[in-house]
Amino acid sequence: MTYVIIQNCCNDAVCVEVCPVDCIHPRPDDPAFTEAEQLYIDPATCVDCELCVEACPVDAIYPDVLLPEEHKPFLEINAGYFELNAAVEA
Amino acid sequence: MSAPSGPLRVAIVGAGPAGAYAAEHLLHAGTNIEIELLDRLPTPWGLVRAGVSPDHQDTKAVTGGFEAVAASPQVTLRLGVEVGKDVSHEELLAHHHAVLYTVGAPGGRRLGVEGEDLPGSLAATDFVGWYNGHPDHTDLPVDLSTERAVIVGNGNVAFDVARMLTLPVDVLAKTDISDAALEALRTSQVREVVVLARRGPAQAAFTSPELLALMGLPDVDVTVEPASCLDEDVAMPRAGDARGYGRSVSLRLLRELAQRGPAGADRRIVLRFLGSPVAVHGDDRVQALTIGANELETGMDGRTVVRPTGDEERLDTGLVLRAIGYHGREVPGVPFDEAAGIIPNDDGRVTQPDGAQVPGVYVSGWIKRGPSGVIGTNKYCAQDTVDALLADHAAGHLTEPTAGGEAFGVLLAERVPRVVDLAGWQALDAHERSTGAGQDRPRVKVTDVQEMLAVTGGA
Repeated sequence: MTYVIIQNCCNDAVCVEVCPVDCIHPRPDDPAFTEAEQLYIDPATCVDCELCVEACPVDAIYPDVLLPEEHKPFLEINAGYFELNAAVEA
Repeated sequence: MSAPSGPLRVAIVGAGPAGAYAAEHLLHAGTNIEIELLDRLPTPWGLVRAGVSPDHQDTKAVTGGFEAVAASPQVTLRLGVEVGKDVSHEELLAHHHAVLYTVGAPGGRRLGVEGEDLPGSLAATDFVGWYNGHPDHTDLPVDLSTERAVIVGNGNVAFDVARMLTLPVDVLAKTDISDAALEALRTSQVREVVVLARRGPAQAAFTSPELLALMGLPDVDVTVEPASCLDEDVAMPRAGDARGYGRSVSLRLLRELAQRGPAGADRRIVLRFLGSPVAVHGDDRVQALTIGANELETGMDGRTVVRPTGDEERLDTGLVLRAIGYHGREVPGVPFDEAAGIIPNDDGRVTQPDGAQVPGVYVSGWIKRGPSGVIGTNKYCAQDTVDALLADHAAGHLTEPTAGGEAFGVLLAERVPRVVDLAGWQALDAHERSTGAGQDRPRVKVTDVQEMLAVTGGA
């Protein structure tokens, strides 16, 4: 399982502050942050602790199994951001 | 220089997200700080109230944190006060160590083409204010008796407007859209919305989450024109290229749309790329728009250059909305860069044209960096400015105010018949929410300033 950030992400990044495993990117200290359309959760690192869900001021984070149908594409969109990095580092 | 004794007094001008985040950072910095949060409207939260689309209520929930900031005993909310009119910049500075401008960018950029001032040609920013119940835009002459509307520009504002023009009225009726806009949209004849962009999909201004929101509209076909604009291959974004990643997602979604094809829905949105507005036509109001086709070339410096092909097409339309960006407005007494539409600054410290710092004056949000980014972007923008302000204070660079908060309150009371404080805003907020609850809506907005003032006064 993983958590997924959807359409109404406001990039205020309180989720990044509370995440115990640093799986939400880009971080505010990352140069990519100001250019990011939204923040993404790395499904390979997420430990399903749900702290980000509680912190999010706009209810933009869902567990994948409860993702509403219209937001299903965000599963792949979240994961894809990290695959991009992995592909380059490989 | 003597050590500062009393509290650090900061006036924040503009109670939108940029101002609220700045106040939050100042609160985190210590308890010996007094914050005056001003806004020219009787309502706070800027574009969260008047910009964020009525169908995006989840996003508006970000104000929960702002309300907590406003409720701090260190914060004094003074709404319905216009700096430059009711009180001057100099007076504000005399009552505070520092003045931080977070006034945003309220104006819409112009197209610069013939006919753009005809009735039926509007700034999308004004149209957004109209459907969101912004008091400045309640009288906007919106005529929806046309079958086709054209939005020039394809950023997220263009997408917001496209959704509002195509969403079923029964969906809108459950939101906090202004009553006047709801009534106008009930009888709207608009069936097609063309979203026109100068460049191609690889240079699109919208974000992929907003494209997905458009694709998810019920009973609306979204098509891409010309189909050939999707042929161009885009290089894989590099690691850490967040914007490039977003655009690659958008391109994939646009290709899905093109493959899906229209389903014959009642309303449609046409995402039209590689076209520029050439002229708006009409005798006494807009009747058509001429679009000139473009092609893209890679310039000497590697940048993409737009070149007109010479092909032109005339589209019948009665509504042209220009959504090609916001532009800041000058605050009397404060430096302003007219071309960029911002207050010139060095990391949030306001500067003169010669680069010298203006002591005690700071800036954050869109009026600092230009109209870009999402709500949370302003949080980190505000952090940088507040850090600069606190560093200047610690270094003794800020002048002690000649009078304090009490004197400031007396001055405002002399100038403004009714300054709305936290209790006044909370009364209006509760009034709007309770009216909304009776109609199964999050709130019903009061859109007239006098009526707002009556409600805030407990009348």
